[in-house]
Amino acid sequence: MGELRAYAALAGAQARSVFSYRSSFVIELVGNVGATVFDVLTVLVLFRATDRIGGFTLPEALLMAGITSAGFALADFVVGNVDRLKTYVRAGTLDAVLVRPLAALPQLLLMDLPIRKLVRVVFGFGVLAVAIGLNDPDWTPARVSLIVLAPLSCAVFMGSIFVISASLAFWWVDSGELGSAFTYGGKDFASYPITVYGPAFRGLFAYALGFAFISYQPALALLGRADPLGLPSWAGFAAPVAAFAVAAVAAGVWRTGIRHYRSTGS
Amino acid sequence: MIKTEDLRKDFAVRVKSGRFRREKRTVEAVAGVSLNIGAGEMVGYIGPNGAGKSTTLKMLTGVLSPSGGQVEVCGLRPVPQRTKLALRIGVVFGQRSQLWWDLPLGESFALLRHIYRVPAAEHRERLRRCRELLDLDGFMDTPVRQLSLGQRMRGELTAALLHGPRVLFLDEPTIGLDVVSKQAVRSFLAELGGTGDVTLVLTTHDLADIERLCERLVVIDHGRVVHDGTIEALHARYGSRRSLVADLSSPLPEGFELPGATLIGVEADRHRVTFALDGVTAGAAVADLVAAVPIRDLSVVEPDIEDVVARLYVSGAP
Amino acid sequence: MAGKDASVLTISPDGPLRGSISTFGALVGSGFRRYTTYRQATIAGTFTNIVFGYVRCYVLLAVAASTLDGRPAGYDTEQLATYVWLGQGLLSVVMLWGWAELAERIRTGDVAADLLRPVPPLMAYLAADLGRAGHGMITRFVPPVLVGALCFPLRLPTRWQTVPLFLLSVLIAVVVSFGCRYLVNATAYWLHDARGPIMFWVLGAGVLGGLYFPLRLLPDWLAVTLWLGTPLPSILQTPLDVAAERDGPGLQLALVALQGCWAVALLALAALVQRRAERRLVVQGG
Repeated sequence: MGELRAYAALAGAQARSVFSYRSSFVIELVGNVGATVFDVLTVLVLFRATDRIGGFTLPEALLMAGITSAGFALADFVVGNVDRLKTYVRAGTLDAVLVRPLAALPQLLLMDLPIRKLVRVVFGFGVLAVAIGLNDPDWTPARVSLIVLAPLSCAVFMGSIFVISASLAFWWVDSGELGSAFTYGGKDFASYPITVYGPAFRGLFAYALGFAFISYQPALALLGRADPLGLPSWAGFAAPVAAFAVAAVAAGVWRTGIRHYRSTGS
Repeated sequence: MIKTEDLRKDFAVRVKSGRFRREKRTVEAVAGVSLNIGAGEMVGYIGPNGAGKSTTLKMLTGVLSPSGGQVEVCGLRPVPQRTKLALRIGVVFGQRSQLWWDLPLGESFALLRHIYRVPAAEHRERLRRCRELLDLDGFMDTPVRQLSLGQRMRGELTAALLHGPRVLFLDEPTIGLDVVSKQAVRSFLAELGGTGDVTLVLTTHDLADIERLCERLVVIDHGRVVHDGTIEALHARYGSRRSLVADLSSPLPEGFELPGATLIGVEADRHRVTFALDGVTAGAAVADLVAAVPIRDLSVVEPDIEDVVARLYVSGAP
Repeated sequence: MAGKDASVLTISPDGPLRGSISTFGALVGSGFRRYTTYRQATIAGTFTNIVFGYVRCYVLLAVAASTLDGRPAGYDTEQLATYVWLGQGLLSVVMLWGWAELAERIRTGDVAADLLRPVPPLMAYLAADLGRAGHGMITRFVPPVLVGALCFPLRLPTRWQTVPLFLLSVLIAVVVSFGCRYLVNATAYWLHDARGPIMFWVLGAGVLGGLYFPLRLLPDWLAVTLWLGTPLPSILQTPLDVAAERDGPGLQLALVALQGCWAVALLALAALVQRRAERRLVVQGG
């Protein structure tokens, strides 16, 4: 209980810090919505040239993009700033965090909670709502639960990917943009029907890394469409399983990373 | 309060060997440090750059895990019991801030109360004392980023003490400060140490900090303790002596000898001489000198700790 | 045009042109060498560019596969693949993403040290940026293009002038991008914190520069407006269209000329802004 209060205080402090630069805050707020708007805009522009991409119509593709947008925005809001870990390792901020009586990861996240990204979450869920409206699926109890679970699983999945990518900095401080290949790259990957990708690339990202299960498979299950790639329809309901699997990996990697940091220093 | 036994820390570093090959080599940053620091002690922990000071401090505070040996602070093992230990120790890193950069100083303190879960009354009382002793009132509402380094350091000290730690670790607390701020920090720490409630461990490059604050001095070099004792013991061990500098009205006669002292310097046509005092008191030496030659001016110079430590660093290599 | 270039290249106002050019050359060299020290970050960044290359390329090829003629916006599949992979390479050469060095130096006041040097800051930064771009051309451009060529059919140039025109276009694109980034950073002289403008630049430059999709996919009126009204298509879209031979030789030349106009205009504007900012610094003492 006391611990929760401490975390709340940390988040409150971050909010007050941000509001002390009011005009920059407004600008960054607008800029952040812009980033997600452009993602969706790209999908719309591509559909100007054709009515189907990878065998899917615009509303169907928009549903995949919507789940990804909503989940990614949520993940980015909560844990996205963990990719500043390399700066913290280099500047020694991590040491200051480690001498406080709280767990390291929540402290890092709350110290830097990007409130401006909240608007993006709203926009992402807005896109998802529009996409659902356009597709008008046959509602069954299973689908209703899936529409709630899918964006949340996507958020847990992407958040875990953020943590794993950032943990790289424990071993490799100069990893630079490498993590973005999996975080932002993963988001772009999952914004389109995975039928568009070549078999090898798809095999790696969609199935080995699991990005198929965050939006493509749930979207198929919601739409009641058979998977052209042959997975059964329950694969859409595997989204939470995939999310927890990746979250478990992320927790392990983070812990190993902290242990490694302790044994090597910066 | 602090106990280490053969504490070690090895780092694996990759060294370039040849054009493309890299070789893994182990560097012993801390190579078997055994310390026993009692409650209320004030200990200066010094050594040249890269000697292992910060590494030791990080192992004591739970940031780094030791590669070997035992370590116990406040009866706890730092790494496995890190969050528990964090409530009992305070840490000030001279070059890193614990404060919230964009918030007024006062808000950082309020936040720390939540983080360390300090009862409001205790917090108020400790803060009141710090405000008084460190004269914080003028800038409690200023965002930390706008504070001068001296003001910030006073803020950092307060931040580290608000939860009433039993051990305070200070890593270069006076680095970069101006003379006045250094004085302020030193007298605050002296006062704090004087109460005997807090154990102080202080690393520094400024030996004046040590002379002013610490009874006990631990010198580390190449990861090993090369001296552990009082400053006097250090002087005694390295034979540093007080010296007597005299300006004479007439040149010092050739072959002059002062009992118990050695002539170590002759300047200005034998009008200025320096004797190192080996076994005699300054009074006896002065009396002997005055009796022998007419003196215009004279002074007794204390041994310089900087010299001793510099010699120690050079010769300290195993 | 020639006169303008000469005045731009003059580094010490009184010194002979040759001395200026050698100073400029030395600055270019130091920009190049500085980036050779970031080897690990270069490798990491290249890997990321390649991953994005796969995603973008597959998506655009899927679009092409489902259009009737297989040529969305007039690009065939080889041209699309070329567009994507060269784009992933050029991205770091023109440095489409954030460059906040100048804004940071303004914020901390370090910029005063730049003003003490006998080289005008605009020229010093341009030289360093050209050196950086040269380094990027070797380390960041080649790998994605190689990967793209291995995995996808790329279009080989069919006209002799394509390669030299492409290289010229890249050089101008670097200058255009530099001009934009300099202006965006220079807002810090007035705003103190340039994070907002930099953010808008990063956003706008990616979408409207042609990184996410070829701008020809937009309605014609919009694409033309962007090309003529903003410098953004001159940063990525033009050199990529040149390399993909999207247009006939005449139109390509015209697009590169348009790029050149933007480069000159932006440098002139940046010089003006810098003069104003310096006067402000001198008057207000930073």
